[in-house]
Amino acid sequence: MSLDLLVAILMTVAGAATPLLIAGLGELVVEKSGVLNLGVEGMMLIGAVTGFAVATSTGLPVLGALAAMGAAALAAAIFAVLVLTLMANQVATGLALTIFGTGVSALIGAPFVGITTPTLGPIFPEALTASPLLRLVFGHSPLVYFGLFLTFAVWWFLNRARAGLILRAVGESDTAAHAIGYPVLKVRYLAVLFGGAMAGLAGSYYSLVLTPMWAERLTAGRGWIAIALVVFASWKPGRMLAGAYLFGLVMTMELQAKAAGFNMFAPEVLAALPYVATIAVLAIISAAKRGGANAPACLGKSFRATA
Amino acid sequence: MMLAAPVIAVALTLLVGAVLFTLLGHDGLGAIFEIFVKPLFNPYRWQDLLVKAAPLAIIAIGLAIGFRANVWNIGAEGQYILGGLAGTGVALATLDMTGSWILPLMLAAGILGGMAWATIPAALKTALGVNEILSSLMLNYVAIQILYYLMRGPWKDPMGFNFPQTAMFSSDQTLPMVVPGTLIHLGVPLAAAVALTAFLLMARTVTGFQMKVVGLAPKAAAFGGFGAASTVWIAMLVGGGLAGFAGILEAAGPFGQMVPQFPTGYGYTAIIVAFLGRLNPLGILLAALVLALTYVGGESAQTTIGLPSAATGVFQAMMLFFLLATDILVRYRLVSGRAAPLGAPASKSEAETAAGGKGKAVAA
Amino acid sequence: MFELSRRKLLAAGAAIGFAATSVAPAFAQDGKETVKAAFVYVGPVGDYGWTYAHDQARQCLEKNLGDKVETSYVENVAEGPDAERVIRQLAQDGNDIVFTTSFGFMNPTIKVAKQFPDVKFEHATGYTTGGNENMGLYNSKFYQGRAVLGTIAAKMSKSGKAGYVASFPIPEVVMGINAFQLAAQKVNPDFKTQVVWVNSWYDPAKEADATRALLSQGADVITQHTDSPAPLQAAEEAGAIAFGQAWNMESFAPNAHMTAIVDQWCPYYTGRVQALLDGTWEAENVWLGMKEGEVEMAPFNAKMPEDVKEAAQKIVDETKAGTYEVFTGPIKDQSGEVKVPEGEVVPEGDLLKMDWYVEGVQS
Repeated sequence: MSLDLLVAILMTVAGAATPLLIAGLGELVVEKSGVLNLGVEGMMLIGAVTGFAVATSTGLPVLGALAAMGAAALAAAIFAVLVLTLMANQVATGLALTIFGTGVSALIGAPFVGITTPTLGPIFPEALTASPLLRLVFGHSPLVYFGLFLTFAVWWFLNRARAGLILRAVGESDTAAHAIGYPVLKVRYLAVLFGGAMAGLAGSYYSLVLTPMWAERLTAGRGWIAIALVVFASWKPGRMLAGAYLFGLVMTMELQAKAAGFNMFAPEVLAALPYVATIAVLAIISAAKRGGANAPACLGKSFRATA
Repeated sequence: MMLAAPVIAVALTLLVGAVLFTLLGHDGLGAIFEIFVKPLFNPYRWQDLLVKAAPLAIIAIGLAIGFRANVWNIGAEGQYILGGLAGTGVALATLDMTGSWILPLMLAAGILGGMAWATIPAALKTALGVNEILSSLMLNYVAIQILYYLMRGPWKDPMGFNFPQTAMFSSDQTLPMVVPGTLIHLGVPLAAAVALTAFLLMARTVTGFQMKVVGLAPKAAAFGGFGAASTVWIAMLVGGGLAGFAGILEAAGPFGQMVPQFPTGYGYTAIIVAFLGRLNPLGILLAALVLALTYVGGESAQTTIGLPSAATGVFQAMMLFFLLATDILVRYRLVSGRAAPLGAPASKSEAETAAGGKGKAVAA
Repeated sequence: MFELSRRKLLAAGAAIGFAATSVAPAFAQDGKETVKAAFVYVGPVGDYGWTYAHDQARQCLEKNLGDKVETSYVENVAEGPDAERVIRQLAQDGNDIVFTTSFGFMNPTIKVAKQFPDVKFEHATGYTTGGNENMGLYNSKFYQGRAVLGTIAAKMSKSGKAGYVASFPIPEVVMGINAFQLAAQKVNPDFKTQVVWVNSWYDPAKEADATRALLSQGADVITQHTDSPAPLQAAEEAGAIAFGQAWNMESFAPNAHMTAIVDQWCPYYTGRVQALLDGTWEAENVWLGMKEGEVEMAPFNAKMPEDVKEAAQKIVDETKAGTYEVFTGPIKDQSGEVKVPEGEVVPEGDLLKMDWYVEGVQS
């Protein structure tokens, strides 16, 4: 395998992994606080369309990415009010959020179909990307580096920062956390908003970097893969990074193998593989540590302060 | 409050929807009228509503029984597919045969197919403690790939110009129409029968009581001798079986064959229907009709006032948002009612239970 | 036992049809003052691909016939019972003709057409009308455009290898791959076409990644049978060349976009509605191509060398004149065996159920 080919493959892997990583890390924090938001796909679509709209209108893709975060956080706020303040069912609310995001993004995006946008491409000067190896280091969109940074930041936050420890306590036992005096609802609100912002940013990665355009349902179900990856990673940021890049690698190698003329598996087997693997991982970690392993104990359950 | 909440939710949807779409430059009031009112005055649309609502209701009833017991099966989409596939397997094996035994056999296979797919998350949950929300969700994607594989390969119609779909079912393999001259097939009365049966079972049998009490007060349920494992199994098998039943009814009814486009998200929509119907089988019948109305009316609105299809999704989402928001009206009354017997949470596990018990409750 | 009751029901269904449509005076042979035409789309009109092209044609039809035609459409219609409901609703709402624009709408259209003998139905890309005399079939010979793309690809490729991003191995797609490769082989006998199946009509990120994989494996020309402009963008990024699908996609890849196969449904829609106005409409099964203006090539990119433009234009002109047919023998299959002998042309019926690949296709 030539160096050029290897670098090309790795660049593609990073591209495929980054949005899953960013959205997945957001959802990971949300779930660690004890909330399950199945609306990732909807928030990603809202982020994708907002990012595109703002980038094309202002000519500033960075502004687009920021707006994507804001808009998706706003959508997440609807979810937060419903499930946290009004204690609505999280599964149903999350599904509703995805339906909402799909519809709203299509309505907002109608005038933007068929036009192009300034992209959020490589940030380093071209001189730095002359050779393949340099390209591998310096040739990415800023969001790729952000994904790596975010992995570390989330790990640090959950394991080293006091606020992160509180967030985990809230996710493990909301009533106990409440009894100690931690603001359970406030923590969860912030987690959900953060998750929304990250989903939005991940969505804008599609419309501003990977496939710079807007068309309805642009993210094509990637939000659900991000949710699966959180489980696959057993709620650990480091494994989330590994899982996202592994997923990107498998997808890329599948296409590479096909492009090289190898068709070893029925395509359906490969398509089902990530989900089967996730179930297997889920079973293994649950067997190892009975009772849901690293899964936050309060995942998906409402909290009522007076209980 | 039981009835008020859904009514308030629908009313708020109409109000906010009208304002929102007017602001977006569409005819807001017209949209409301076209989607929610006009179809109700057209007998043809009523047939469409019933046919569209039937599978949603059947799936939602199965899910609701589980939801009441805190078993979160969101794998109905996959169970629906596997039910359809199992029945299709029977149909393809009996394509050259005749007899009135074929259709019942297909329906039975459909139920078993859905149950079989639900067995996986049930076994993982009871044996290893795997979260069923996540495992059942993942299995939906696997089910779709099984469908694609069968359509592309072994089950492809040999006379079908190499398009990935099965042969059309024979007349002995297709649901008969119950009202001559209409579209109302056997699945429609069956949906009503399922709702009525579920309603009576939940209200009158020990198992029904078990499902409710486990959801409301797991600790009390354990004292009463209701095992957590048996509850999970009942909930998953009923949910999976009914989803599979809906699957084969759709395949043998409106589709009349199996195609790769068979899954259209009914398994997810049914979750919304279950909540819209307040997890009550009879409420679900009504909720399925309301949701069917948004589809059927949404299609009319596209042709008559040019409202984009995305707007239908926004309406559905808003309606659910408002319903979930007004849910609290019901829950507060209920929670105060059960605070006394449950007592103050003493241990950690009990505290979690109280927090987790939440008001999916909804004593009918 | 159901046999009998089903037959009765069909008759009853037809009765409903009469009841619903007899309001409007509808005797085809007499012609009409105005026509109400409806379109059923599988995707959103904003897909910038298949459905977008049909909707552009609908708007073009309105422009052509002015106030003699009134159109409406329903988008994002799932193939199956939902489609049947929508088509029936359109028939009941007094439309004179309903165009159903996706293969999966075939059986639903057949069912509804039986119940509404006074309404005309036209289904795109199907193979049977189920015996309905009020239902026509239409399709375009997109493969003629593929032959033009194959010619350009072989002329411009340095590596002699094209990458083909494909959706599903249905006859329409298989036929396109073969036409592309056969035309390319005429220019360069050693030419290879590498197919990557992405198992989706629309998944921009995957289409783009498939393109990148093909490019890194030595392909320097990209063509696609999926709906999004993502492969073009990926080709542009890598400095390769590519072609648009369904519509002129030059704006997405000003350098890479050599030309595009444009689905030009407007002449057909205009003709059929006009026939209804004149009272001359008859059920037909047509497969139209460049000659009839159904398949068009987008303007060639200015960067394309003159000799390539000439060669491409020659294929277009000869196809229009009827002197060029890409599926003319000798044609060998992948194993090198002669499938179609010298001078013979593959019959249309065989093309429409094609499930084998010609020599040089790697899939």
